[in-house]
Amino acid sequence: MSTPGEMGTEDWPLWEVFIRANRGLSHVHVGSLHAPDAEMALRNARDLYTRRNEGISIWVVEATAVTTSDPDRKGEFFESPAGKNYRHAIYYTRAEGVKHL
Amino acid sequence: MSTEEEIDVHGDVSIEELDLAAELPGSGRTATPEIAEYATRLGDDALILSQQLGWWISRAPELEEDLALGNIALDLLGHARAFLNFAGTASGRDEDEMAFMRDEPEFLNCWLVEQPGQDYGPMLARQLYFSAYQVQLYTALEHSADESLAAIGAKARREVTYHLDHSIMWTLRLAGGTEESRRRLIVALDDMWPYVDELFEDDDLTNSLDGVAVRPSSLREGFDATLAAVFAEAELELPTAKPAATGGRQGRHSTPFGYILAEMQWLARRHPGAKW
Repeated sequence: MSTPGEMGTEDWPLWEVFIRANRGLSHVHVGSLHAPDAEMALRNARDLYTRRNEGISIWVVEATAVTTSDPDRKGEFFESPAGKNYRHAIYYTRAEGVKHL
Repeated sequence: MSTEEEIDVHGDVSIEELDLAAELPGSGRTATPEIAEYATRLGDDALILSQQLGWWISRAPELEEDLALGNIALDLLGHARAFLNFAGTASGRDEDEMAFMRDEPEFLNCWLVEQPGQDYGPMLARQLYFSAYQVQLYTALEHSADESLAAIGAKARREVTYHLDHSIMWTLRLAGGTEESRRRLIVALDDMWPYVDELFEDDDLTNSLDGVAVRPSSLREGFDATLAAVFAEAELELPTAKPAATGGRQGRHSTPFGYILAEMQWLARRHPGAKW
C-alpha cells in the first residue's frame, strides 16, 4: 500500500460523495472531499456529511471517474428538445374507445 | 415590565426539538462515593485525551483529518461530561467544577492519556491503544449493575468503535507507507507501550465495586486480541518495552500533566463561573 504524500508533491485525490437519506430514496450528491483512498474517503464522508443523522448509506466515487457534460456547450446539449412537443405524451389526443389511459 | 420589554432582542430562538437529555446519558441519579471515584477515573481519562486531541485542531495534515480528530475529541468530551456530571453528584459539584477546579492530585486519569502526542505517530499510537481499551471497557460497562454507568457505556461504545476503526486505518497506512512512516510509527508504538499496563490494573476500588465497575484485568484479553490482529495485518512486531511506573488512579501524574491542566483550566479559574 503506498501512501499519498510520500513524494511530498502530490495531494490526496478528490472524491465525490453521495448520501442516501432513507430507505427507498436515491443517493444524492452532497459534495466532495479529499482522502488518500476509498476506505478513508468513506470515513471522511461519514465525518463531514452525516454529522446530523443525514444518511443511512454513503457512496464515494473518485472525482476523475466522473465524466461530466460541458457547461459551455449546454445550449446544444440541452435545448434541442425545445419545439419537439411530440416528445411529450400530452401532445397526442386519445383515440376514441381506448380505455385505461 | 411590559410585554414589549420582555421580548428577547435575539429573537425567538428555540432548541426544544433537540433532546438535550441525550447529551448526558445516565443523569438524574446520585452516585455513592465509591462509584463516584470510579466514574471520575473514566471521566478523567476521556477529558484529558479530549484536551490532548484538541491540540490538533487546525494542525492536522488535511482538513478532513482535522475534522476526524475534532470529532473524536468531542465524542470523548461527551463521555467525560456524562461521567464527571455523575461523579460530581456525590460531592455536590457540577461537571465544570469537576473539570476545572480540581488540582493535579485529584485527577485520576491514567498516564497514557497524558503522554505528548504532537506528532502524528505518537498521537496515533496513543489513540490506537486507548481506543482498543475503551471498546473493551464500554462493551463491558454496558452491563454494569449501576444504571447510569450502563447508560453511558451503551452510548459511548458505538462512538469508540469508530475511534478504533480510525486508528486502525491509519496504523495500516503508515505501517505500509514509506520507510519513514513505518519507522516513525514503530518508534511511537514502542514509546507508548509502557503506559498500557496501567489500564488493566485491578485495585481495591475496582475489586470492591464488583458488578458495578468493570474489572480492568478482565479487559486485557480482548485488547490483546485486537492489537494482535492489527499488528499482524500491518506486519509489525508487538512492542516488548517494560511497563512504566505509573499511579494515575491514585492521583500521581507524569511531568507533562501539569502543563495540560494549566492550559485546560486557566480560563475557567481566571473567570470563575463565567458563561458564554
